Order: sequence, then structure tokens, then C-alpha cells
Amino acid sequence: MTGRNLNFKHRVAAVGAGLTLFRSRMLETPQELAWLAAKQALDEAGLTLKDIDCVVIGSAPDAFDGVHMKGEYLAEGAGGIHKPTVRVYVGGATGVFVPIAAWWHVASGLCRRVLAVAEEKMSHAARPHAQYVFRYIWDPIVEKPLNPNLIWIFAMEMHRYMHKCGVKKEDVALVSVKNKRNACGHPSAQLCMPNITVDDVLKSEVLVWPVQLLDISPTSDGAAAVVLASEEEARRITDTPVWIKGIGWTLDTTHWTNRDLAYPEYVRRAAEMAYRMAGIDNPRKQIDVAEPYDPFDYKELHHMEGLGLAKKCEAPVLTREGVTQRDGDLPINPSGGLLGVGNPIAAAGLMKVAEIFWQVRGEAGERQVKKPVYTGLAQAWGDLMQAGTVVVMGI
Amino acid sequence: MRVGIAGVGWFGFQPEIVDYSFREMVFKAAQRAYEDAGGLDPRRDADAFISCQEDFWEGISIADEFAPDQLGGAMKPVYTVAGDGLQCVGQASMMIKSGLFDVVVVESHGKPSDIATLNDVMFTATDPISVRPLGLENVHAVAALEARSYMSKYGVSEDHLDAVVEKAHEAGLRNPRAVYASLDRKRSSTPVVADPLREADIARFVDAAVVVVLASERVIRDYTDAPVWVDGAWWSTEISTLELHDWSFPVHAREAADGAYAQAKIADPAKEVGFAEVDNRYSFKELQHIEALRLAPKGAAKDLLADGAFCPGGRLPVNLSGGALAEGVPLEVHGLARLSYAVGVMRGEIKAEVDRADVAVVHSWRGVPTTTSAVTVLRL
Repeated sequence: MTGRNLNFKHRVAAVGAGLTLFRSRMLETPQELAWLAAKQALDEAGLTLKDIDCVVIGSAPDAFDGVHMKGEYLAEGAGGIHKPTVRVYVGGATGVFVPIAAWWHVASGLCRRVLAVAEEKMSHAARPHAQYVFRYIWDPIVEKPLNPNLIWIFAMEMHRYMHKCGVKKEDVALVSVKNKRNACGHPSAQLCMPNITVDDVLKSEVLVWPVQLLDISPTSDGAAAVVLASEEEARRITDTPVWIKGIGWTLDTTHWTNRDLAYPEYVRRAAEMAYRMAGIDNPRKQIDVAEPYDPFDYKELHHMEGLGLAKKCEAPVLTREGVTQRDGDLPINPSGGLLGVGNPIAAAGLMKVAEIFWQVRGEAGERQVKKPVYTGLAQAWGDLMQAGTVVVMGI
Repeated sequence: MRVGIAGVGWFGFQPEIVDYSFREMVFKAAQRAYEDAGGLDPRRDADAFISCQEDFWEGISIADEFAPDQLGGAMKPVYTVAGDGLQCVGQASMMIKSGLFDVVVVESHGKPSDIATLNDVMFTATDPISVRPLGLENVHAVAALEARSYMSKYGVSEDHLDAVVEKAHEAGLRNPRAVYASLDRKRSSTPVVADPLREADIARFVDAAVVVVLASERVIRDYTDAPVWVDGAWWSTEISTLELHDWSFPVHAREAADGAYAQAKIADPAKEVGFAEVDNRYSFKELQHIEALRLAPKGAAKDLLADGAFCPGGRLPVNLSGGALAEGVPLEVHGLARLSYAVGVMRGEIKAEVDRADVAVVHSWRGVPTTTSAVTVLRL
């Protein structure tokens, strides 16, 4: 994005959101999960499928649901039949990318009301564990023969971040404690742990040092949906539209081995793109609440810094000081995030967008942050520590 | 904001490319597309990149990880559409019309020669509960059921299919990348695969990569003096449930075409369109798609084709390239293969027997068992 033209013909707003339970081994089929979320979003907007012009679907690897051309399969559950339906994909960052793609469906003037749906069903993907699917995400020639697994490479990243910033495990564990406690206010949450302590995290099973069981989000099944509309339609649908103020995303090189693992440059660039569009020059002051991607506890810190919500290596300090608590000055993941609510990959990302939608509308229930919310941010991360997607929303 | 094609590049269209990886194939196609777009520098000039691919075709989970480098897109906005290349063109068109982007690069690649179990891969696109237990050993059987339904409803005979195949091979002989074009390939002498479909009715697979550079009206003259405008780009999915889709008519193609024509303000396609490139991965599909695109009334394509209306030099030439029957099906590249040929004809780089090369309609279908089509309307 060269930013040569920021005068859009059409402003775009979110007018409804929906979320299923996040659980392991849900009985619903992927199509049914998608429909549960889509229906809830439509109901919240007071619309029916007949009102929807276009559908954007997000879902991570086909191998999770075990269906080739998963977008074709999900189209029916996502309300996309007899409509222009497209599935977009940036690995784990897909969830926040779905409303980004939905944004240009509306901003182009070609669709007035768009249903954005993300779904993932990980529990029946592979035995003994969905992690097995990640054996096939590597370069088939130079990496696959080593049989790496995702937790290994994230352990490297966590280690590097801790080393470079001088962060202790105790500091990182505070994120997990905060998010798993926050999740207790969330009706969809899979891992509400009201009494969890830093000690519990530090004593949990070591998976790949320094990653321990409670440092990491669970595998989940679930779906999320958001309805976006043009300005004219949004004002007709609701008195409280939440405007999509900025979108941004970046994909770094495939060669993750050459990356600076201590700082997510690709997230910084994605955020820069979104901030420029939203007119934000001081995110720390102008963002009231954020839902950065937290599949691991250290990733919340990593992403806060990439998003400019904290200076480099400052996120653990803000966390320790309570700034990121739900009643703090900069609430981070008040929903409970992936660590608490669960991580059905693409659906988890879109859940973050739905959470910001509800926060801005003041409809987040027990998760509602104490400070007034004018502007919020959702971010996701994916591929080989490679993709950053950012959406800024506000009144 | 009008959107145009500033450059096109392709590589491959060979049954089995052994000396290039899929990334090298895309690199080659991208290099040619950027050269075609006046030496565009992707690092400086391109705002975003889209890759059209599917995980199972690649044999890699989260295959979008491998999209950016060979396009020059690393550390820039890059994403993947799990769909046909023409759906990427539609996305790029929307991105540019939004005003946020000026130059968007679209890529698709397919290397079916790397896939040892193509039938099984295609079969896993069916519903895991209602269809997969049937254990179809030959997915072409699904197309055969569609063919029977269409042929009996509209009085299409096997002689009409003979004519489609013959036309494809004759046209393909003039298309240097149509590796499967052969006048010796008489439909009636090839074995039955799934009645009524014979081997010659079914397009074979081919390895290829195509890259297309799209640009806004505002900047396109920086890259080309001869833009081809994308005046309409739409797509549609009929239904996910195979057993409930319309077996006799591709409703998805009709819906996609109507959307694209509405954008391009085309009221009477049979009169206003100069030529068409449509999906003919099965011979009968060419007839169906001609009708779905409103280039002939329902059931009339067979007779008009027999009269030569859709042949090179005819009233409205369809598949001057020979289509997939002559070029092969390069998986999700198919739509871009049709599009790149149409662009070549419109620019006059490909000498073709066509009266009006100023308006073209391009169509692609995603093959069995899908019910998704994408349609693009191009104008000079």
C-alpha cells in the first residue's frame, strides 16, 4: 500500500457479530458451526440471509476439517450459496483477515452488506493431536525431513525474546494468568481458570522449553461471524455502527530462519498501514482497548510491541504494573484471548474483531473494560511466524 | 475507478515440468508479467499480491506461507484466495475500486504432475458424511451424471460432443501452449471413462503458472499503453451439497455471468460480446457454459456450434485457444489461462480469426465436485 489515495468512496461499518462456544470435540459439523455464528451475527444486525450480498469465509488449513476446497464445503453453512462467496487465507492470521477482505467488498461499492465468517474444527483433524497437521506446513525439501513441529519454532522465538529483553518466565506467565482469569467473564470460553497463579503456569508440563502447557492456548472447535455494511446501510440497520477505521496486513518471507525472532517487524508494518488509514499517530494513547493475538503468552507481549502499544521490551513491564488488566489504562485481551477463550484458529482471530465490536458498543458484558472505548484494535498472526493482520475499529 | 490489466506472464503449460519447482515457475511467470507491465518493480510499484491456490493441490498445509518471495512480495500485503484465479482477479478489482490500492498482482500456479493421487484429492472435496462413504473411484462419474442430465433435457447427442472436441483440437493447433491439441484425437475412438464421457471429452491436467498485474485507471498508463479493462468480475457458488445442485444446468455460471455483465453494463451478451474463453474441462461443459453466459439460448448451443457460430471466424468465437481440452487444466490457474489468452487476442499479439476483439467474456469453473464459477468481462 503506497498510501497515495486514502479517500474512500464508501465507509464501512460492523453492524452485528456472532460467536459459538469454543470447545474441544464439538458435536456440530463445520458447516453447522459456521451457521450458528452466522445466524447470531445476522440476528444481532436484524438481518436475514436474503439481505446479504456477498460472503467472505476464513478458515486455516483444510487438513483440520479434513475437507479439500474447504471454502466450497463451508459455503452453505456460512450462508454463501447463490452468492459470490470467497475464502481467504493467511494461516493463523486469517481470522482478522476475513473482515479486511470483507472491507473491500463493501468499500469497492460492489457489495452493500457482507457476511464474514470464520470456522475451524481442530479436534477431529488428526490423531493423536491436531498438532500432527503441522507436520506438513514446512518446506518439503529443506525442512520437512527434520520433522519440526510448531511448538519447537515458537519455543525458539520465545527464548529469543526473553533473552533479548531480559524477561523472566514469571513475567511471561503473568499474561497467561491474566487471560485465563479474564475468560471467566466470557460465555464461549473453554479455559476459564479463576484461581490460576503464576506458580501454576511455572509448574505445568514442559512441552518444549521454555514453552509449558499453561503458556499455550488449547486446540478448539468454533466459529465466529461479523456483518459489515456500507455507511448508508449501516445507518439504516443500527444507531450504533462500529466503523472499520483501518486495515493492514503484511506477509514476511517464507524463510523464517532469517527472521529477527525477538521483534515482529511484519506486525509493525501491518499496524503502520492500518494506523495511517485510521489517522493514528500515537497508538499507545489513541487505542483504548486491544485484542492482540495470544496463542502463547509471550506472543501477547511480542505483539503489543509490534503494534506500538508498548516500546520494545516494555510490554512485560506494563503487564507487571497492571496496565493491561481489564480495569487498567490499556486493557489487553479483556475477553480472555486465545489463552482463555480458546483457539479455533481462524475463528479465534475473528472472535477478537467481534470482541472489539462489542467493546466499542459497550455490549461486552462482564468483559467490558472500565475506561470508555472510542477506538479498539484486533490483530492476528500466522504462517511461519510470518503474517500480521490488523483491524482498527471505532465510533 | 476503472481497473485494467497492465501485464500478463505465463510459464509452463507442459504435462510434467520436472526441472522447476512451483516457486520457480511462479518466479518465471512473474518476471514475464512485470516485464510486460513496462518493467514494473514489484518491490516499489506493487501495493498488494494475491495467490490463488489450495492446500491439498500443493501437498502442503498452510500453503500460503510459500506465496510471497517469488512474486517480490515479502514484507508487503500478500494473501491467498482458496479459489480459481479469476476469483483473485475479482478480489484485486475490488481492492483497487476501494481506492486503497493502485497496483495489485495476481498469481496462480498448479503442478498436478506432482500429485500421485489426484482422484483421491478431488474426492476429499465431497461432503465427509453424505457423499464420501460412497467411495467414488472415479470422480468423473459426477460430471458424467451432469452430462446425462443436460443431454437428455436439451436433446444433446454424442455427435454434438464430437463436434466440441473437434473444434477444440482444431483451434488448439494454432495455440502454441496447447500441448494436448491433436487432430488425430477423434472422440469416438477413445474409450468410455464414465458413460457418456469418453477419454477425449475430459481435459487432461497440465503444469502452469500465470501472473497478472492489475492497476487502477489512475496509474495504469505508467505501465502500459494498451490496457485491457476489467469492466466486470463476479463469481458465484451454487450450493455445497452436491446431491442438491442443479444437475442439468450450471446455475453458478449463470449467476456469475449476470453479475459481471451488470457491472460491465452489457444487456445483450450474445450481441455485445466479441469472443469468449469458457471452461471446457468436459466437452459438454462448453455447451452448458455458452448457454449459462447467455451467448446462446438454453439448449441452442449445440445447433449454433454445429453451424459454426462459435468456431474461429464464426459469429462469436468461443475458445479460440482450444480451451482446457487443448491446453489442459492447470488446477486453479485455469481461469487465468483463459484470461491471459483473451488478453493476447485483444492486444493483437495472438493472431486469431475474430471480427470483434474489443469485448471478451472469460469464464472458469472449479471442476467437480464444486459448484463455483467466476466470470470476467474484458474491454479494450
